[in-house]
Amino acid sequence: MSVEHRFGRYGGQYVPETLMPALQELEAAWVATSADPAYHEELDRLLRDYCGRPTPLYHAERLSEHVGRTVLLKREDLNHTGSHKMNNALGQALLARRMGKTRIIAETGAGSHGVATATACALLGLECVVFMGTEDMRRQRPNVLRMELLGARVQPVDAGARTLKEATSEAIRDWVTNVETTYYVIGSVVGPAPYPSMVRDLQRRIGDEARAEILERFGRLPSRVVACVGGGSNAMGAFAAFLDDPEVELIGVEAGGEGLASMRHGAPLTVGGPAGVLHGAMSAIMQSEDGQILEAHSISAGLDYPGTGPQHAHLRDTGRARYEAVTDVQALEAFRTLARLEGIIPALESSHAVAWVLEQPRGGDELDLICLSGRGDKDLAEALERLGIA
Amino acid sequence: MTGLEHIAAAFAGRDKRAALMPYLMGGFPDVETSAAIGDACIDAGADLLELGIPFSDPLADGPVIQAAGTAALRAGATTDAVLGVCERLAARAPVVLMTYVNIVLARGIERFAGQAAAVGAAGLIVPDVPLEESAELRAACDAAGLALVPLVAPTTPDERLRRIGAGARGFVYTVSVTGTTGERRALDPGPLLQRVKAATDVPVALGFGISTPQQAAEAAAAGADGVIVGSRLVRAAAEADRPAAEVGRLVGELAAGLA
Ligand SMILES: Cc1ncc(COP(=O)(O)O)c(C=O)c1O
Repeated sequence: MSVEHRFGRYGGQYVPETLMPALQELEAAWVATSADPAYHEELDRLLRDYCGRPTPLYHAERLSEHVGRTVLLKREDLNHTGSHKMNNALGQALLARRMGKTRIIAETGAGSHGVATATACALLGLECVVFMGTEDMRRQRPNVLRMELLGARVQPVDAGARTLKEATSEAIRDWVTNVETTYYVIGSVVGPAPYPSMVRDLQRRIGDEARAEILERFGRLPSRVVACVGGGSNAMGAFAAFLDDPEVELIGVEAGGEGLASMRHGAPLTVGGPAGVLHGAMSAIMQSEDGQILEAHSISAGLDYPGTGPQHAHLRDTGRARYEAVTDVQALEAFRTLARLEGIIPALESSHAVAWVLEQPRGGDELDLICLSGRGDKDLAEALERLGIA
Repeated sequence: MTGLEHIAAAFAGRDKRAALMPYLMGGFPDVETSAAIGDACIDAGADLLELGIPFSDPLADGPVIQAAGTAALRAGATTDAVLGVCERLAARAPVVLMTYVNIVLARGIERFAGQAAAVGAAGLIVPDVPLEESAELRAACDAAGLALVPLVAPTTPDERLRRIGAGARGFVYTVSVTGTTGERRALDPGPLLQRVKAATDVPVALGFGISTPQQAAEAAAAGADGVIVGSRLVRAAAEADRPAAEVGRLVGELAAGLA
């Protein structure tokens, strides 16, 4: 198990000195734990019996007919708590318990990672505090209620745009202050090393399961693996299994918001621009000329983030993966289309990946694999209002 | 004089038990007033100034300095404007710039170091560049004659303290508490100061949490060569009708506490 600190020139550990010993302790614990079969036995057992993994690989026939080629959905929406976030939260919560930490903190945007962490903490009997921007608390209200029911404390963050960036900053500040007792469960492949590689390793079962099942059922690899990218954990988990299959195209779909030209988006990889440091790692970020971090914008709280995982920036630069953006309007349309064609209501985040597939020219003999990262119950109020249904 | 020599002279030439090192946020509440606050600090007995360049996402800062940075940016503060403030103040006292790494990277490391030196800055503090990420920045600062001042924390083990202390330029910034910047009621810096002083040859300054003349005096008595006061002064700049006069008054009290 490798713990990379850099992906090309991206990554690193840009954090206050107070945290450096904690990151080193975390890395040592992760190296030891991830080499311990007992850890994997426990994690695998819980992911199977508690979460319902492996998640299904579903041949979406009506969607396939609609786009004129075969589309498969990796159903992370059917994972316990309704998204891929549980794979990571459970893996890290088990690690925290082994490290003897009793207090867990997490940041959340859409609330998916917050709910997953609150769930893992309920299961393992750990104290849980989740930092969440007040704008996200408004638009993802069901998840706030779920976290509270699960026994977590939701700590409102009222700074800046009151979304994921501010929640993450506040979680890091809490960690700086309470580092001796507290474990920070970061929710994506972002942050200082070892988080990006650790979270990728915990999410790679998405890709591993899908790859094995596609080979078995279809006797071939997919042509394209398509996943939405906020911080990039479901995409990285899906991509990881296919990195050494050069014939498989990897496509990360970012939040185009109101359009790239409007500057109101969350698409740092697609837009390009100089690399920078946000939340402890060098990566693609949205910033002003002076280096001030810009506010992102997306209809989906989970993609509403001006940074991204460092490995994605590296995959972009090397050309191994391609990143494109889908607007709020296109994502909403895909949200409705998938509901009507397949009876599956996707998360607004995942709807971006679906939208990208819908936007491609009809037909072809490609086999598209979409990582359907989560279910859309949390988004109903927001989406129905925007669609003019409520 | 190089930045290192300026800083060394400030510690050596002080007329107090410890050098008094006020922190002010550049561009807060506005650019002109922040320069006036710096002048008032020098008039009231500051030996060295720390001048913050505001950053949108300051991870090492508590609510008071965070809010000041946000307000400064909203009022239009830019890196260039704060470098202008530095130029004005550096003619009167050594100035150490304090900012986050993305502000440095946005200009390019070498260009930033060169411009900071050109406006008379003596040193640079970047709280999100730990030892492991510091090589390139230290080389650029050395080349420009700027002291890259490292931070150490209560969580830093002895062996690591020695490695950080060995590469330190100017002084070692000792973070007195496990946490972010902000006023604290009680501090017990003695044991940490002794560990840090045993690990380095350069002066050791204590910061984070110190807000009263009594705490400053206690830090000096516990062995600090320098005392950094930030949030208390930034709060005064935020709350007072005449920010420069009020910050000057507080710095005068702190100086008296160190006499
Ligand atoms: C369902 C769902 N998908 C995707 C994301 C985006 O995160 P990531 O890019 O790390 O997969 C989120 C984040 O909250 C989410 O809730």
